[in-house]
Amino acid sequence: MNALVALPLALPLLGAAVSVVLGRWRPVQRLVTLAVLATSLVISVVLVVRVEREGIQVSQAGGWPAPFGISLVVDRLSAVMLVVSSAMLLAVALFAIGEREGEGRHVGFHPVYLVLAAGVAGSFVTGDLFNLFVCFEMMLVASYVLITLGGRPDQIRAGMTYVVISLVASIAFVTVLGLVYSATGTVNMADLSTRIPELDGALRTGFAVLLLGVFGIKAGLFPLFSWLPDSYPTAPGPVTAIFAGLLTKVGVYAIIRTQTLLIPEGSRPDVLILVVAGLTMVIGVLGAIAQDDMKRILSFHIVSQIGYMVFGLGLFTVAGLAGAVFFLANNIVLKTSLLLVAGIVDRFAGSCRLSETGGLVRRAPVVAVMFGLPALSLAGLPPFSGFVAKLGLVDAGVSSEAWAITAVSLAVSLFTTYSMTKIWAGVFWGERDRTPSRTAHTSDRFGAPPLMLIATGAVVAMSLAIALFAGPLWDLAERIGADLVDPSGYVEAVLGGDS
Amino acid sequence: MTVLLALAAAVLFATGTWLLLQRRLSRIIVGLGLLGHGANLVLITAGGRRGTPPLIGESEPSTFADPLPQAMALTALVITFGVTAFLLAMGFRSWQLTHDDEVEDDIEDRMIGRAGRPDDAVDDELAAQRAQAEEDAS
Repeated sequence: MNALVALPLALPLLGAAVSVVLGRWRPVQRLVTLAVLATSLVISVVLVVRVEREGIQVSQAGGWPAPFGISLVVDRLSAVMLVVSSAMLLAVALFAIGEREGEGRHVGFHPVYLVLAAGVAGSFVTGDLFNLFVCFEMMLVASYVLITLGGRPDQIRAGMTYVVISLVASIAFVTVLGLVYSATGTVNMADLSTRIPELDGALRTGFAVLLLGVFGIKAGLFPLFSWLPDSYPTAPGPVTAIFAGLLTKVGVYAIIRTQTLLIPEGSRPDVLILVVAGLTMVIGVLGAIAQDDMKRILSFHIVSQIGYMVFGLGLFTVAGLAGAVFFLANNIVLKTSLLLVAGIVDRFAGSCRLSETGGLVRRAPVVAVMFGLPALSLAGLPPFSGFVAKLGLVDAGVSSEAWAITAVSLAVSLFTTYSMTKIWAGVFWGERDRTPSRTAHTSDRFGAPPLMLIATGAVVAMSLAIALFAGPLWDLAERIGADLVDPSGYVEAVLGGDS
Repeated sequence: MTVLLALAAAVLFATGTWLLLQRRLSRIIVGLGLLGHGANLVLITAGGRRGTPPLIGESEPSTFADPLPQAMALTALVITFGVTAFLLAMGFRSWQLTHDDEVEDDIEDRMIGRAGRPDDAVDDELAAQRAQAEEDAS
């Protein structure tokens, strides 16, 4: 029993329970949230070190041996995802406390936020397909509450679409679970990894496509993404940031995990994945061009960037998967920082429509810098971290001779730059064409309360640090890629050496 | 028995999907409930044949029913129940706000769709919509 593996899941849940009891004292609630998330971050870093030194960390819940009980597994990929996600959760919690909008007004914000944290961490550490469903649900139910926090008419309308689509995806997931169980008699992922190769070839490919479809809805893959740009922008600022940073990426993580671990080589739908990846990139970026709202532009870019991650997966080579994982981790940081800035702009200017804002570069230069750096990185310009991620993917694409998809990814980069320039020109330069209907908070000296700026600045600094330490991080990504291509180490660690 | 359960699941999925495609919120919620039941039936069916209660000492282990899918179905059932309750609350809130049970369009999306078209085409469409609304009202 390795207790450290269970803590990233158990600690936030415990914190949520405590937070409900302490609902009357907001400062104590804040303290609990920050303490829990900071501890999770420390535990995640310790886990990365331990996985690097000692190999995959496994914990069998309740002491039941592997295919019978629920296994919790932390390998390199899970550990890295845990570090990135807990750092983002902590930064966004700070931002929400600094903003005092949804957080200050609702008793439920802190407990629900912690349940979201538990769901995200649980999805990364679980080694059981049914448990993955439960953790997904934990995360999604928390997100249903957060997205409708405040109960404004537009939130209810967008939230309804979001909840219905997510629920359909969950029901599809349960159905696929039933089918997988009746074919193999197990839901333990390591056990499935040895049982699925024994199945009929058509059945294997069928499961691969079904799992891709189920997680494709959650990840926002083409053609299943249309709920995303509709629902995310209506949530409160910090909530949009954490959704954009984490939720779809948990879906991508699940796609990467299931396609590499469960589906044996030869049955993977690699051509389908590459076609879907290309279409996701192109449609996402073209959708962004037409938008007038900063948050909606960035939401369409979430879709476009999911395409890049899936592109790396579709190659099924060490370099491709390393690129996908690097892009995934880096994109979580970038998207969180950009949407935090969008939250600040929304508060400072009273709107984040391009037509209703303008001239922020003079009135709030600090905010402009905090948008500029991650925006350039997102577009993939050197020397930023986004450049390293895209270079890795393009390099992998060229060495696999996947010319078409590599060309598409480069062309989409150009359009991404265009979109970022459009936001810059509309929000930070120029004059506004219309006056926003809501009141603006222009009293703060640097454009926002200090805590909001510190939280956003920390995330931006993290993205710069990724660029600075790109060498060692890329090596780590390559080791993750090698683990994913050959999952025998994972299976052995969970089931024990003899099976 | 398995065939019967499979048929029941098929009927639940079919009616659930049909209800999900309606414009009325209450029907969508009922549809989701039916889809959830269909999925749970699939899970139960995945357990295979019926058997004796899986209690050690009560009967032969070879005649046991598979308890795992039942446990999983129970978990899934509770989750569907919770989310359906939340959906109903949201549906009620939506009715409070709009006094209408219909799912609305994404307004921002419509505005962007109109942005690229000539003005008179948009005017025509708006006039048609207004005429339709008057017709509905009368």
